[in-house]
Amino acid sequence: MADKQPKPGQPKPGQPKSGVLLDIRNLRIEATVYPPGEAPKNIVLVHDVSLTLEKGKVLGLIGESGAGKSTIGLSSMGYGRGGVRITGGEVILNGRDILKGGNEGFRKLRGREVCYVAQSAAAAFNPAHRLMDQVVEAALLHGTATRAEAEKRAVALFKKLSLPNPESIGERFPHQVSGGQLQRVMTAMALCSEPDLIVFDEPTTALDVTTQIDVLAAIKDAIRDTHVAALYITHDLAVVAQVSDEIMVLRHGRLVEWGGTRQIIKEPRQEYTNALVSVHEIEHQEQKPGTSPFLSVKNITAAYGRSHIKVLKNVSIDIFPGQTLAVVGESGSGKSTLARAITGLLPPEQGTVTFDGRPLANRLADRPKEDLRQLQMIYQMADVAMNPRQTVGTIIGRPLEFYFGLRGRQRDARVAELLDKIEMGKGYVDRYPAELSGGQKQRVCIARSLAAKPKLIICDEVTSALDPLVAHGILELLLGLQKEENVAYLFITHDLATVKSIADSIAVMYRGEVVRYGAKSTVLTPPFDAYTDLLLSSVPEMEIGWLEKAIKGRRMASAGN
Amino acid sequence: MSSPIVKLVAQRIALGILLLLAVSVLIFAGTQILPGDVAQAILGQSATPESLANLREQLGLNDPAYIRYFRWLGGILTGDLGTAMSSGQDIATSIKGRLWNTLFLAFWAAVVAVPLAIILGLIAVRYRNGWVDKLISGLALASTSFPEFFVGYVLVFFFAVQHQWFPAISTVYDGMPFGERIQAIALPAAALTLVVLAHMMRMTRAAILNVMQSAYVETAELKGLSAFAVIRRHAFPNAIAPIINVVMLNLAYLIVGVVVVEVIFVYPGMGQYLVDHVTKRDVPVVQAVGLIFAAVYISLNIIADIAAIIANPRLRHPK
Repeated sequence: MADKQPKPGQPKPGQPKSGVLLDIRNLRIEATVYPPGEAPKNIVLVHDVSLTLEKGKVLGLIGESGAGKSTIGLSSMGYGRGGVRITGGEVILNGRDILKGGNEGFRKLRGREVCYVAQSAAAAFNPAHRLMDQVVEAALLHGTATRAEAEKRAVALFKKLSLPNPESIGERFPHQVSGGQLQRVMTAMALCSEPDLIVFDEPTTALDVTTQIDVLAAIKDAIRDTHVAALYITHDLAVVAQVSDEIMVLRHGRLVEWGGTRQIIKEPRQEYTNALVSVHEIEHQEQKPGTSPFLSVKNITAAYGRSHIKVLKNVSIDIFPGQTLAVVGESGSGKSTLARAITGLLPPEQGTVTFDGRPLANRLADRPKEDLRQLQMIYQMADVAMNPRQTVGTIIGRPLEFYFGLRGRQRDARVAELLDKIEMGKGYVDRYPAELSGGQKQRVCIARSLAAKPKLIICDEVTSALDPLVAHGILELLLGLQKEENVAYLFITHDLATVKSIADSIAVMYRGEVVRYGAKSTVLTPPFDAYTDLLLSSVPEMEIGWLEKAIKGRRMASAGN
Repeated sequence: MSSPIVKLVAQRIALGILLLLAVSVLIFAGTQILPGDVAQAILGQSATPESLANLREQLGLNDPAYIRYFRWLGGILTGDLGTAMSSGQDIATSIKGRLWNTLFLAFWAAVVAVPLAIILGLIAVRYRNGWVDKLISGLALASTSFPEFFVGYVLVFFFAVQHQWFPAISTVYDGMPFGERIQAIALPAAALTLVVLAHMMRMTRAAILNVMQSAYVETAELKGLSAFAVIRRHAFPNAIAPIINVVMLNLAYLIVGVVVVEVIFVYPGMGQYLVDHVTKRDVPVVQAVGLIFAAVYISLNIIADIAAIIANPRLRHPK
């Protein structure tokens, strides 16, 4: 594999080799952006990228957000999202330049020669139609099969993708099927019209880590058995290493490196690839728990509305000054509900939250301002956690006015000091959130919570929406601030690598209960309970053949698929 | 049908009935607050106090208000709408023919307007932001912006005066052949269509455009469906609830709001009947017509609600 090495940006001139399915040459993609109050301007999303893909092979496209991965993938179908235009180069599929075919040509090729698997199958299926109607739609449209043939093929694909009740699942509506299952049905939908190429656009990113592993295995088997070629787009190198023959690393719409999977993950030649590949675990020496916790959650049980389904069951945790408790678990395990119970947003039905030796009022409205100040929160989506019409200065200054009554020059000085702490500098005071990058937005949110000088900051998936390198920076910042300010964190995450980097103690949650709780070293040392074992063994490792090993070694089936 | 739908539908119907009762109280109370009473109205200013007292006794006007309300409501529920003061005729009998006429006009206006509005909306989405879209929106908005009487008289001027294709006055009578009847109502139906078209068209367009942002529309495009098939098969079914809502509002308007158009074309429908009796201060008739209009309005909105509930696959097919 590693010996086939076309040089980046220099496609081989002349005839395509036999067996080449897709040959993209010097692709240039542009879009027009309309910044408010300015003249519209053209930006180049993809600069001069070339790639070839042989029949039946899988090429992984990898990079951070904005790298142009999806844009390149969709260009193989002649599709540009929201005004994105292909302005240069050739896209040669099965020996012909599809860009010359016009809209009519694109329609003939979409759904027949090239199919697409989207990131969120839950959103990509039409809620108004039964799954089967959607799965066979492309095959019927292009006349590649009769309805009966197409349905038969679909059922066979459902079986191959190990969906439950393959004969009848097609009768269901999208909302009646879980996210992991939908992702497989979408793969079946792409395979149903027997295309030559499938574009997988982050197909497992939206899934829980324990579900991801099953879907990944199903996709890998289906690709192998149907001999379809694939462009596999993801930001997760460990995932792409499991399914790809070759990997292409992209950054800012430019090609960085392209090679066999083994070469890219074992012997990266470019510095950027190396940064992506190397493990970013922060060495964090766990602190021994102090003598007395300042915040203590005792036997909390909570439910939404008058539902009898308990989202939290008898949960107890302790938080010590200046330390980090990580709460891990998959979606629906009650992590965020625990945060809501502690902050008073969701008053628990039973149990108490003790703060500095006295009980906290259950309801947010009953808590004095001083208690509110001591507990701050940072959210996953920094975007929507800030008022888009306020400047950074106003956003950070607000808690200073509200809790400490700081005004004027005093306030401005403190805002500058906080900006300095988050390594952003005074220049950002007058910026609006829309003018910041994702990582900078999260930093401003951190500064806002620090402004209240709290004892505890609850971090709810604060790095999940960020690219790995940016997330790494945020984690280092949080650790640094913890040392300086002696603030404690309740760190909610589904990402175990993050947990290892930041936690002093860990609570593993599963279906509303804490199934494992203790110091980091204890929790992460065998023997494990079945669920913690599943969770730990499901985290993709950057190792060829990891997927098969992990599936084989499991003691418990994941619930979410 | 599954239980959540039955429950929701039952809730809507119960709420509708409750609302209608509340409206009937308001209508009854409204007429009580007005100065003078029925006896005074019947006998006129020159009546002697004795004859007034006699008539009041006779009509039961001396009973407390709530007893009179229930007597009135009971009458309505058994089909007795009372007697018109001005003519002494039974209201139910005179309303029957007129209600039928109004429904006939509204029905044919709707048969033209609703499909036309939805198809124009679909076309506008297909060619969104292009000249076709702008032309459709422009014409539809223009026709709505003109007052109904203006549209009505313009139609009369062109199609009745200049070309004499249709009669300027929509006379209908019992036993009139269907074809002639349709010809008679052509102009008022056209005027009504022009008035309600834009609202439904614009809402259809907006509702579908909203859905066009969804990921599943992209999925459909990436299957190679033509632009129109994407709209019809994938966007439209998910925009159906808001579209039904605006269609029902406009249907209600076709029945309840036809007063002006009926007067222009001297069409013997409910609107004209109402206007006639308002000028005569014939309170029982106004009450009866008001209640019928309220019932129509509320029922159509209940139908819209129920249709939206049934259109939602999550409610139709619970987990």
